[in-house]
Amino acid sequence: MFAEFLQYLLSGITIGAIYALAGLGFSIIYNASHVINFAQGEFIMIGGMSAATLTAAGVPLPLAMLFGLAAAMLGGVLIAKFTIERARNASVVTLIIITIGASIFLRGLAEVVWGKEFHRLAAFSGDDPIAVMGAAVLPQSLWVLGVALVLIAATGFFFNRTLAGKAMLATSHNRLAAQLVGINVRGVVLVAFALSAALGAVGGAVVAPITFSYTEMGIMLGLKGFTAAVLGGLGNGAGAVVGGLLVGIAEALGAGYISSAYKDAIAFVIILLVLMFLPNGLFGKRGTERV
Amino acid sequence: MLLEVRGLNSHYGRIHALKSVDLSVGEGELVALVGANGAGKTTLLRTLSGVQPATGGTIRFEGVDITGMPAHRRVAEGILQVPEGRQLFGPQSVEDNLRLGAYRRGGDPDADLERMYALFPVLKDKRRQPAGTLSGGQQQMVAIARALMARPRLLLLDEPSMGLAPLLVGEIFNAVQSLKRRGTTIFLVEQNAYAALAIADRGYVLETGEITLHDAGSALLANERVKQAYLGL
Ligand SMILES: Nc1ncnc2c1ncn2[C@@H]1O[C@H](COP(=O)(O)OP(=O)(O)O)[C@@H](O)[C@H]1O
Ligand SMILES: [Mg+2]
Repeated sequence: MFAEFLQYLLSGITIGAIYALAGLGFSIIYNASHVINFAQGEFIMIGGMSAATLTAAGVPLPLAMLFGLAAAMLGGVLIAKFTIERARNASVVTLIIITIGASIFLRGLAEVVWGKEFHRLAAFSGDDPIAVMGAAVLPQSLWVLGVALVLIAATGFFFNRTLAGKAMLATSHNRLAAQLVGINVRGVVLVAFALSAALGAVGGAVVAPITFSYTEMGIMLGLKGFTAAVLGGLGNGAGAVVGGLLVGIAEALGAGYISSAYKDAIAFVIILLVLMFLPNGLFGKRGTERV
Repeated sequence: MLLEVRGLNSHYGRIHALKSVDLSVGEGELVALVGANGAGKTTLLRTLSGVQPATGGTIRFEGVDITGMPAHRRVAEGILQVPEGRQLFGPQSVEDNLRLGAYRRGGDPDADLERMYALFPVLKDKRRQPAGTLSGGQQQMVAIARALMARPRLLLLDEPSMGLAPLLVGEIFNAVQSLKRRGTTIFLVEQNAYAALAIADRGYVLETGEITLHDAGSALLANERVKQAYLGL
């Protein structure tokens, strides 16, 4: 009984960590530009696909991950530079639609480069499960959790402890005042996209051995990251992290105890409930000094 | 002249908010700009700091044409605007607000922080509080101190006394005067025309986007038209 519950919980936390990274990406971009970037999932896909296909071609894993990171960051900066910035006077809704367009474009491009097949990436430290109180944990789950933890801590440190991070937060609190203290607010948007792309790409590479990689893997991961961000309060980074873990756990428990057929539906039920009953999310919108 | 403005125009869509404005501010001067609500005072300051585009004319700072320079680079040149209504980073601490004031300057701002706490001692006790929780007068102090953290060559003040109790108005004007004594060049926009002209070296009167009068501060205080229109005498 308990072992089964623990098993679901652990797999929920593992995938939830990826949702958390995606949710954090949504929040960072939302804070910098008030845009909800629906290409967030494609950053994850680029990270996963680059790692899987490049290692298959003989490139060492760290290099393959670095390439995926660079490609996703480049994609993010290009989206910000050539669409969001060009359409600066457009409404937020228009900008959101632009990001949806960008996500479709990135998926199409990925299909041209990598094809439609599933790609497998070997687990970083083997596939021998580790027994934890009757449940089995894949070593790759520990990689996912460890890497996510480091990235989340580094992001928190950046926004709460460094002047550059505080300047980005300041821009989200008051754009005019940010300009008046000399912050390049357009630069902030570019950095936000690059940072969110980096979080997504690394997340995609570490989770690839568990989920497989394919060009459409970003759709669901992105939507669940969005659910995480909304659940935690859009623009609240710490909230997005908690939201990601909650969505992952709810999904794993639902799949385990009800039916795995409903796995993806659970995130949508959560998002509907939040929008109806908790429009500011669990922790409020941009209320705190956190990311 | 430190700042020289020639034929400056600015629009909001079809509203012509600044109509060929000429003015200058010399090194170390305190120059006041007075005018009724809606005259275009804020627009003028926003155009000088670069957050509002000029639609004609030139702005020269230290002889260099900065008319098309983006706002963040003007800050690096030393032009700092304290905006109307304070515009603090509300959820961030008072100290973070001040440190962000030194964002462009780089280097270690700790010594400047201490200078700000000496200028406005009440801020030192509140330095860990979110800036948005302070009283109006204290917020105005944060707004001024934040700009001073950049060590401005030209300080643009937009109605620093607005909405403050009379006692605090005096305190803010005292701070402005002491900044001037220490050599800061100040362009002061005020609806409180009497207090502004009393401490200013020179003054300009702005009416519906046009400069209509320009003279020494004391001369404007004695001017019949100014007395009638702005001093309520
Ligand atoms: N954001 C804006 N959009 C449209 N018109 C504006 C805007 N801001 C100011 N105006 C108009 O420009 C004129 C000058 O305004 P402003 O510079 O704020 O005057 P002041 O600071 O002297 O009170 C006014 O007629 C005002 O209605
Ligand atoms: Mg005004």
